[in-house]
Amino acid sequence: MKGKKNHGNWYFLLSVAILYIAIAFFDPQTILSSLEFSFLIIKNIVPVFILVFVLMVIVNYYVTPQKLVKYLGKKRKWLFAILGGIISTGPIYMWYAMLRELKEKGVGYGFIATFLYNRAIKPPLIPVIIYYFGLKFTIVLTGVMIIFSVLQGMIIEKLEMRL
Amino acid sequence: MKWKKSVIKSARSLGNVIPVLIGVILLVSLANTLIPKSAYSKIFSKNIFFDSFIGSAIGSVLAGNPVTSYVLGGEMLKQGVSMVAVIAFLVAWVTVGMVQLPAESLILGKRFALTRNFLSFLFSILVAVVTVFVMGLV
Repeated sequence: MKGKKNHGNWYFLLSVAILYIAIAFFDPQTILSSLEFSFLIIKNIVPVFILVFVLMVIVNYYVTPQKLVKYLGKKRKWLFAILGGIISTGPIYMWYAMLRELKEKGVGYGFIATFLYNRAIKPPLIPVIIYYFGLKFTIVLTGVMIIFSVLQGMIIEKLEMRL
Repeated sequence: MKWKKSVIKSARSLGNVIPVLIGVILLVSLANTLIPKSAYSKIFSKNIFFDSFIGSAIGSVLAGNPVTSYVLGGEMLKQGVSMVAVIAFLVAWVTVGMVQLPAESLILGKRFALTRNFLSFLFSILVAVVTVFVMGLV
């Protein structure tokens, strides 16, 4: 993967730009209103993104797959699966290798499922959720997701035992 | 990992998201201008299970950085889409990995990957219903 650039993101933006240009020919007023609305959204989320960047740097500095495997491999406890999932950053394929290593060491699928589910909770992105949905919502959703992550792990563990 | 390396890694990861995010914001704004708010009420029926199912289905097929889903979900909410549908959408986006399914199957096993993704889909509906119930939003 190293060195390979993903241009898909830029192609997506280019496609949207082409769509805007095409509509502008027929209905310039719609495009002006849309651009105005877009600018308003961007203006509001820029400060949040600065905070997100700072949090990402901190998490990336302290958390690596190597550091996590030290804790996750030794103690097979739900707490470590939850915390490990929450603090793990970066693309998922970075973590597949670690999870396979854990599986080979005898860690159950339930534990891996809980870890993967908790990857959905991203501490650096919490400011964005709070901005859009509020603090109370963020706390409740995070709590419910953690509970369901363990539930999913338990179900998968039960299914694994039957195989 | 050194600080400089962390800054570069974070900048790269955020930089990758920016074109998609701008594209999504532009599309949301276009939809906001072109689609009347009443159209959403035709898709979302205000039935919490049906709405969360639709939200979850959309979130499952779409993929990308969670930031994009938060911005999209937040704007959907402002357009009048129900909270339960938006939560199901957000949760499915980050827990159901249709795009990563082949890689997950290859590394962790097909049966595990399919079971986990199927359960994540069902759980996104349940998480949405429980969250709105806890918050007293029903």
